[in-house]
Amino acid sequence: MGWEEAKGVKIVTKNFGVPDGHKLVTYRARGGWEAFKKATALAPAAIVDEVKKSNLRGRGGAGFPTGMKWSFVPKEARTVYLVVNADESEPGTCKDRELLAYDPHLLIEGMAIASYAIRCQHAYIYIRGEMMREAKIVQAAIDEAYAAGLLGADHPVAGGGTFRVDITLHRGAGAYICGEETALLNSLEGKRGWPRLKPPFPAVKGLFQQATVVNNVETLMNVPDIVTKGGEWFAGLGIGKSGGTRIVCVSGHVKKPGVFELPIGISFKDLVFDVCGGIPNGRKIKGLIPGGTSMPPLDASELDVPIEFDALMTDPRIKDVEIKPGLPFDMGNGRRLKSMAGSGGVVVFDDATDVVALCARIMRFYAHESCGQCTPCREGSGWLARVCTRLAAGDGHSGDVDLLGTVANGIAGNTICALGEAAAWPMMGFLTKFRADFEAKLRKVA
Amino acid sequence: MALEFSAQAKQRIERLLTQYPTKQAALLPVLHLAQDEFGYLPDEALHLVADTLQLPAAHVFGVITFYTMFHREKSGRNELMVCTNVSCMLRGGYEILHHIEARLGIKAGESTADGCFHLVEEECLAACANAPMMICGDRYHLDLTPQKVDTILDDLRKRWQERARQAPVGEAPAATKMGLGPERKF
Repeated sequence: MGWEEAKGVKIVTKNFGVPDGHKLVTYRARGGWEAFKKATALAPAAIVDEVKKSNLRGRGGAGFPTGMKWSFVPKEARTVYLVVNADESEPGTCKDRELLAYDPHLLIEGMAIASYAIRCQHAYIYIRGEMMREAKIVQAAIDEAYAAGLLGADHPVAGGGTFRVDITLHRGAGAYICGEETALLNSLEGKRGWPRLKPPFPAVKGLFQQATVVNNVETLMNVPDIVTKGGEWFAGLGIGKSGGTRIVCVSGHVKKPGVFELPIGISFKDLVFDVCGGIPNGRKIKGLIPGGTSMPPLDASELDVPIEFDALMTDPRIKDVEIKPGLPFDMGNGRRLKSMAGSGGVVVFDDATDVVALCARIMRFYAHESCGQCTPCREGSGWLARVCTRLAAGDGHSGDVDLLGTVANGIAGNTICALGEAAAWPMMGFLTKFRADFEAKLRKVA
Repeated sequence: MALEFSAQAKQRIERLLTQYPTKQAALLPVLHLAQDEFGYLPDEALHLVADTLQLPAAHVFGVITFYTMFHREKSGRNELMVCTNVSCMLRGGYEILHHIEARLGIKAGESTADGCFHLVEEECLAACANAPMMICGDRYHLDLTPQKVDTILDDLRKRWQERARQAPVGEAPAATKMGLGPERKF
């Protein structure tokens, strides 16, 4: 289906703007918890199959197929946990605050269905510490669901047994790294948010050493409609191997920034110029960050590509990221890096933007947020930040531009978690697409 | 001086412990509680939390210092967290930060002499579509302009002074709490 046909379809934001939409009575009046009833009349495996069929992919960043993730939970696992990652902190991403404040019950129902599908009895929501208002709203919604006998109570299920699930809201305390799923699990266990080596993957040994599924807020909010309307319907809304819609957060130099639910097949050009009204102040677009600052940027010639996961990784219209001109970055086994859809946070910048300063700000962020566990990331991110900052200030040394590429290449692939790549990929991406801007800074010094 | 949790906090801790299979997992929520009670987490609070959850004090120290929202030092009661990450930077986040610095006569990371404000340059606070922005208390202030910031600061200081007058001598006024912000249209 082209994106025009799927325009206007609302799944995750269907209850936005409804007065008192965050209350259970409103949610139920609009058909809430019917999907859960339908789900529990089926076998758990049937729900997993339906989600597989829907082509729902994780909305947190990696785009991993959700149904497949659920199916990795070992059949013999006796304790299974579901953890919702609401620790949104990837710069440029701002959907969770809206989703949690406007429709917390959709998340709770999605969690209840997912818990039934993976046989989880206690689910946790790990919410970013700074989101105090949202935490209050979600806690109030959980309390309502308990009072109504939806949570913490037995429900009859297919095959004659019963199912009950508890949900606990857990507040983070300010650490970007806790958005990484294994760091999040450590944080939830009352430790420092240090990522864990994988394997073992959380599906086998996760929270409290038990089988665990970690899903993004938006991912789970799609689940009730998949159960109600079917996986095929959901898959049909998307393109390729990505079903449904996508929440896109657009910020930076556009006339109408905002959080939008859009068909996953929409192109960046339509997103910027149609949905967001184009670039203000009569300026032209220089480029954009497609999915949170850890993703390599696109330049103005690459905007016809859809925002979909696979397109950003493979579309030939996007240039390969290079360590230096003519030397493509190798992701392993000769795989080339283009970009990724990431978290859906699109940051647009116009032709008056100092991209070196922009890149330096991004590098400062990752240097600040590196947890310090792995040397390449701890030291390398600091190098990238310092060298990029001195270059932006017109204080660069000859060879600095190549140095940035070399250091970035030394980080990527050599760390426990993806924060190393989160710093290295955009660095190499900015160098690939806007090398002239970096070199111009150097020439100013000379 | 030894610190004690209030009866209400003790009750909440009891309940928290039923929600996790280990005591250690309740550490972050209990630290949040302790910081709400005492304003910050000095050594006495650290030991109280460690004893309450039967954890080594060194572990609690490691956790407190890992997360940016836990404070070891007493600071201004109204924490202004101003984002300067890319989305805000592109729309004037640094201008907002510098405006506040000039107006309060402090740099990011410092508190005003009267203890009313503490200013922090923050990383992305997940409100990018409404940049530039800052958080104060539990409230997000969105789509900021220098004029808007002036109004917010004046209002916060007025409330703080009123509370300071009402509060018993020697007790710091509680942080200003406000209700839900205006609904935003999509």
